[in-house]
Amino acid sequence: MTLLVVENLSKEFGGIHAVEDLTFSIAPGTIHSIIGPNGAGKTTLFNLITGVYVPSSGSIRFDGEEISGRPTFELAKRGISRSFQNLQIFFNMTALENVMVGRHLHQRRGLLAAMLRFPGSVRADEAARQKASELLAYVGLEQYLGAEADSLPYGALKRLEIARALAAEPKLLLLDEPAAGCNATETQEIDDLIQKVAAGGVTVVLVEHDMRLVMGISDHILVLDYGKKLTEGTAEEVRGNPDVIAAYLGAGAASEAGAASEAGGGTEAH
Amino acid sequence: MAVTEKDAGTEALKRGARRTALLSPRYAGVGALILVIIVLQFFFTNNFHYDVAIKIGLSAIVCVGLNLLIGYAGQISLGHAGFFGLGAYSSAILTDSYGWPPLASLFAGLVLVGVLSFVLARPILRLKGHYLAMATLGMGIIISIVLNQEVDLTGGPDGMPVPAFSLFGWSPNSEPAWYWLVSGVLVVTVWLSLNLIDSSIGRALRAVHGSEVAAETVGVDTTRYKVLIFVVSALFASLAGSLFAHYTGFLTPVVAEFFTSIQFVIMVVFGGMASVFGSVVGAAVLTALPEFLTVLHDYEHLVFGLLLMLTMIFMSKGLLPSLIILIRRRLP
Repeated sequence: MTLLVVENLSKEFGGIHAVEDLTFSIAPGTIHSIIGPNGAGKTTLFNLITGVYVPSSGSIRFDGEEISGRPTFELAKRGISRSFQNLQIFFNMTALENVMVGRHLHQRRGLLAAMLRFPGSVRADEAARQKASELLAYVGLEQYLGAEADSLPYGALKRLEIARALAAEPKLLLLDEPAAGCNATETQEIDDLIQKVAAGGVTVVLVEHDMRLVMGISDHILVLDYGKKLTEGTAEEVRGNPDVIAAYLGAGAASEAGAASEAGGGTEAH
Repeated sequence: MAVTEKDAGTEALKRGARRTALLSPRYAGVGALILVIIVLQFFFTNNFHYDVAIKIGLSAIVCVGLNLLIGYAGQISLGHAGFFGLGAYSSAILTDSYGWPPLASLFAGLVLVGVLSFVLARPILRLKGHYLAMATLGMGIIISIVLNQEVDLTGGPDGMPVPAFSLFGWSPNSEPAWYWLVSGVLVVTVWLSLNLIDSSIGRALRAVHGSEVAAETVGVDTTRYKVLIFVVSALFASLAGSLFAHYTGFLTPVVAEFFTSIQFVIMVVFGGMASVFGSVVGAAVLTALPEFLTVLHDYEHLVFGLLLMLTMIFMSKGLLPSLIILIRRRLP
C-alpha cells in the first residue's frame, strides 16, 4: 500500500536537470524525509509533487491516480498540502485568518450567500473560526489568536504555515525545512509537532537540514544528490551508507548523526 | 485543568468576537456612513451641494468595487471607466433609442458588462503587475474608442440624451431625490462588500494578494477568484454608470476615458487600499476638491498626479487607514 508513487520523474530548467529520473514511493502514515546538499533538487521535487512545476517527464501517482501537471489547488482538494522554505504567509491578515484560509475547501463558497450574509454562510464561517483557533492551539500559537500575521516571530510563522496546511485536512503534508532558522528549543517544538501530526494519521514528507531532527523522527529517508537518488532507507541504513557519508554528510556530520540516533532512541524509550 | 483552560480560551474568543462584532466595519462603519449621509444633507443649501454629493456617491460605488479588486485581491485595473461607460451607454441607448424601461436597461447593462468582463478577465488576469496594468489600460481605451466611433449608436463625441430614471413608477426628479437614491445604493454596495470581505471568498481574495502559491496549496483556485472579483467590480462600475447617465441626462464618451479610470484608481489609493470606507472617503475628497476649488480646474490632472505621489510617499496605506493608525497611537 502506497500513498504516493513517483516514477522516472525529471525536471529540466534550460538543460539543467534539477530532478533526474527519480523513482520512489511513500507509504501512508509514515514520516518520510528527503535530504541532500543544497541544490540537490529537494524543493524542486516538492514543487513537482504539489503542482507548482510541471514535470518534464515521468509520473506522479497519488492515491492511485496520476497527478503530474495538475494545478496546485486541485491537488489540495485531493489531499496534498505543504509549507514553504521561504515563508509564504498572508501578511495582510491576522494569524487566525491565515489558518481560516486553510479551511477554504471545507466551507461553502457561494458569492450571493456571502454578500447577503445568509445564516448558513455565517454559521460555516463561525465553524471555520472555531476550527482555526483550535489548530492555532494545536501548533502552540494560541497566544497569537488575534495578532496580525506580520507581528509574529519567525519561529511562530513556521508553525503558522503548518497550522494553515493542516486546516485543509491533507492526507499528505509536505514540510519544506520547517526548522530552518529556528533555535534548539524551537526545533525541538517543531520536532514534537511533526510527530504529533504524523501520529494523527497524516503522512508527512520532510525536507530538512537539521540532521538530529531528520535522523530522530524519520521512518524512511531519501537522499538526493544533483537531482538523482543517491540512496534511500531507514535512518540506520542511510547513515551507514558510505556514498552518503562521502557525498553529503562528511565524517564530522556522520558522527553527529550517530549521536542524534542515540538521542532519538532515548526519546522513543520515554 | 487543561479542559478549563480550553473553555476559558473559547469563552475569551467568543467575548472577543462579540466585542469586535459591535465595533466591526459592518455595524459601526455602516451606521456611521448612514449617519453622515443623513446629517450632511442638513448642510446642503443649494442644488450644487446635492450635485457634488451625488457625484461623490456614484464615484464611491465604483471605488468600493474597484477596491475589492485592487486593495483586497491585489490586482489592478486601469480600465474600469470602460465598464462605467458601458453601463451608462447601455442605459442611455436602451431607454432613449429603444424605449426600454430604465430599470430593465440598467439590468441589461449589468448583463452586458458581466459577460464582457468575464470573457476578458480570464486571459487578462493571467498577467501580473505591469502587464496586467497595460492589458486593462488597453481594454479601457478600446471601449472608449468604440463609444466614440459608433456614432449611429452613441452619438459619438457629441454625446446623446438620456431619458429620466424611474423605479416602479417613482421618478427621482429633484436633486434631493437623487441624493437619497444614490446614497441608498452606496450603503447597499458598502454592506455587500463588507460581507464579502468577511467571508471565505473574501479571505480567499486576500490570500491571493498575500501569496498566490500558498493560497493554491490550501485549495484556492486563484484564477477563479481573480475573475470573480474582476466581474463583481465591473458590475459595481456598470451600476454606477447607469445611474450617472440618468442623473446627468446627457452622456458623452468622456465618462469612459482613460483619465476617468485613473481618477477611480487614485481615489482608491488615496482613500486607502483594502479599506471599504477609505474608498468612500477617497471618492469624497477627490470629487469635492475640484468642485470647490475651481481655481484648480485647469490643473486638475496635475493636482491628481501630485496627490497620488504624495500619498505613495507619505501615507502609503492611504488616508483613512493612516488616520486610524494615528488615532490608535494617540489613544492609551
